[in-house]
Amino acid sequence: MASTILEMRDITKTFPGVKALSNVKLMVEEGEIHAVVGENGAGKSTLMKVLSGVYPSGTYDGQIIYRGDECHFKGIHDSERKGIVIIHQELALVPMLSIAENIFLGNEHARYGVIDWNANEARTSALLKKVGLKEDPNTLITNIGVGKQQLVEIAKALSKEVKLLILDEPTASLSEKDSQALLDLLLEFKRQGITSILISHKLNEVNRVADKVTIIRDGRTIETLAKKDISEDRIITSMVGRSLDDRYPPREPNIGETVLEVKNWSVYHPIHAERQVIKGINLNARKGEVVGIAGLMGAGRTEFAMSLFGRSYGRRITGEVFLNGKPIDVSSVSKAVEHGIAYVTEDRKTYGLNLIDHIKHNITLANLPGVSRHGVIDDLRELSVANDYRGRTNIRASSVYQMTGNLSGGNQQKVVLSKWLFANPEVLILDEPTRGIDVGAKYEIYTIIARLASEGKAIIVISSEMPELLGITDRIYVMNEGRIVGEMAASDASQEKIMRAIVRGEGKAS
Amino acid sequence: MSTESAPGPQTGVAQDLQQGPRIAVSALVTNLREYGLVLALIAIMVFFQFTTSGTLFKPVNLSNLVQQNSFIIVMALGMLLVIVSGHIDLSVGSVAGFIGALAAMMMVIWPLGPLSNPLVVSIICLVVGGAIGAAQGYWIAYHRIPSFIVTLAGMLIFRGICQALLGGGSSVGPLPVGFKALSSGFIPDLIGPLTLIPPTVNAAGKTIVGSGLTLHLTTIVIGLVAVLAYAYFGLRARRTREKHGYEAEPFSLFVVKTLVISALALFLVYQFATYRGLPIVLMVMGVLIALFVFVTKRMTIGRRIYAMGGNAKAAQLSGIKTERLTLMVFINMGVLSALGGLIIAARLGQAVPAAGLGSELDVIAAVFIGGASAMGGVGQVIGAVVGGFIMGVMNNGMSIMGVNVDWQQVVKGLVLLGAVVFDVYNKNKA
Repeated sequence: MASTILEMRDITKTFPGVKALSNVKLMVEEGEIHAVVGENGAGKSTLMKVLSGVYPSGTYDGQIIYRGDECHFKGIHDSERKGIVIIHQELALVPMLSIAENIFLGNEHARYGVIDWNANEARTSALLKKVGLKEDPNTLITNIGVGKQQLVEIAKALSKEVKLLILDEPTASLSEKDSQALLDLLLEFKRQGITSILISHKLNEVNRVADKVTIIRDGRTIETLAKKDISEDRIITSMVGRSLDDRYPPREPNIGETVLEVKNWSVYHPIHAERQVIKGINLNARKGEVVGIAGLMGAGRTEFAMSLFGRSYGRRITGEVFLNGKPIDVSSVSKAVEHGIAYVTEDRKTYGLNLIDHIKHNITLANLPGVSRHGVIDDLRELSVANDYRGRTNIRASSVYQMTGNLSGGNQQKVVLSKWLFANPEVLILDEPTRGIDVGAKYEIYTIIARLASEGKAIIVISSEMPELLGITDRIYVMNEGRIVGEMAASDASQEKIMRAIVRGEGKAS
Repeated sequence: MSTESAPGPQTGVAQDLQQGPRIAVSALVTNLREYGLVLALIAIMVFFQFTTSGTLFKPVNLSNLVQQNSFIIVMALGMLLVIVSGHIDLSVGSVAGFIGALAAMMMVIWPLGPLSNPLVVSIICLVVGGAIGAAQGYWIAYHRIPSFIVTLAGMLIFRGICQALLGGGSSVGPLPVGFKALSSGFIPDLIGPLTLIPPTVNAAGKTIVGSGLTLHLTTIVIGLVAVLAYAYFGLRARRTREKHGYEAEPFSLFVVKTLVISALALFLVYQFATYRGLPIVLMVMGVLIALFVFVTKRMTIGRRIYAMGGNAKAAQLSGIKTERLTLMVFINMGVLSALGGLIIAARLGQAVPAAGLGSELDVIAAVFIGGASAMGGVGQVIGAVVGGFIMGVMNNGMSIMGVNVDWQQVVKGLVLLGAVVFDVYNKNKA
């Protein structure tokens, strides 16, 4: 029988006005992979911050017992010294330093402050071998992809003699292949006796590698499942507190005239001027229709959408855009918005929200004239608009005066959606609208999309999740390498068909 | 984290009065930053009132204080927008010096005929200031050159031109009396003075200066109108919010706040009235402060500046023309730097090569003491103004106390650091 490496007892953590965790229990056994799942905002990350000492001992209630001793971590250094290493969702690497420099940052092999680079490089090579990364230790971080960066983070953790490795959504930004490799690596670590805690939204991954799953909801431990009890349905039920028989809301499409038509749209790369990113795309969307754009990462979907939306991406953009049959000028964001086009970005934190301002100001930002007269804002009108959209999109917040930076991913997405709904567009382009948000919030976003379509808007959804496209759209375009390589009615489409279109398209392109 | 609860029909006045003190205290704690700054200013004023044995609030000194610091506050209004939009402007002191020199040359040296009229010169100078702002803003907005570098260059360039214009180390003056009124003038008493106690006449038949009590009536009237308008608009805004069922701040706190600010304002107005009335520069400053509060709080352009400073990419993708907005922020800064330069020259009565030297640092300090964030997106006009006054009162008070200029710098540095540390601490606690 394996021994318990970590026990968190009755952890309670309160922030002003919010109880983030209440009496959470977590028991992890030596050498297992323990998954922690829960909706966004359920408290997973907070729990891990308590464990790693980001929230120092004394700022929470409860006990942490690690390898038989009660621990009072005052900071990350304390927990790392004991072999607990956390790898955050946002990687903490310095882009302009090399792999070796990053791995030993703050922990360099040095004598009297003079770094012994040979020793560092030799150690780095050994570590890279362990994680299966074939790169020169002197390569700069900025020159390797996200998947490899993740491996560097893990190598860094290994360099600290890790006993308990915590991964916070490690595969969120990885491709399918990189994700697989990472999960295999976790299994390899398990054989070597390293214990891992895996925080993930991707239930298939959890299913594949986890020995146990602890489910957290609303800051409480719901249950811990052993390997034999793990099933996606069971996890989903526990996560959302209800069973989601249907992951997509039912919808009666009522499709009308063509609203948006794009003809022969071509875009070149903003820096590499000779590289054509978008190659003559033709596409249309009709009133009340939800159109999907499927494709792999790097197919050019976001680039297409952003170039269409006020030339926010690329150079030498050519092609025509028609709205209700009339050609329109979309050469700047404000013109595009004026003509009734809205684009909801895939990266809400970087491109969508002012995180240091509250919900109200974010919602009205794209349509300030709608709450003002002669450039003077009507405060009351703005407040009622904000409250109205907060209700319509079901934003969970203490009030519209809550900072958007303090909201969970799903609620942030609803704020961005509200912003564009208030701009009252005819065509709404949603780029990965449910990325990084939990099952419950996803359903709410789908419901909003369905309602907008029934109100007669044309909606274009870009998504990498094929089941999502199949579930919510009426028609799907398949994009690959800057071209449309397939178009099909959602009712005829399947994941297989989409993949086949991509593969065939690839053959055609070369 | 904000502790404001969800808006809705609630907080009746009766209920409010009942729970008044408790709610007021909690609201006070919530808005510690906002009120804290004003309280700090009052505390500093009271402190110096004692240590200078009553000199600080003497009418003559109050007039001096306003005349010495108004240019800092005028420039701080522009700097606030620059800093909120995520930039910095190091050139304002040099631009002010250059504009002062330009104004003096136009009025005193160059044979411009009717164009050397102070009003015409002032207008030309403001336009030149705007052009300087546009020139710097162009590189910052459209070529994405960091503002720190562009304005550092501007700081060197305009200080150099200022000195060259004045022909090396010499000063140019005296400036016309009409121009000097911008800084040292007082508003005329249109309604007529009110003598409450006739001045004492000495044996030689001369009146003793400072004896008796004569009030500048126009000043009193302006003060009363301003205070009444402040209370009226405050009350009206509350009413509208309540009528629409939105929560306003607790009534008790509103009353206390309005009374304290009104009393303070009336006291200062009274002090001015016993001397020569309101300084012209104070009126200019007051109008500008009101204008900038309105622009930042109520106008779409103000909102857009905050959004741009908070997240420039998101603002751009929301249809905000960030380049043009940045350019406008710097043009505004240029115009206000020029006005600052005119005020400095008018106060000195001449243009000197070192006019405004180092004042960019005071201006920037005022904005940061006032709670603006160096990262952009955060900051209030009133904060910057109060920050400017805090610096001014400390300068003035320490000078009267006879504190060495070197040590004055040390104290000002500590206050700047303290204010920002307080801010960050407060934010982390929340």
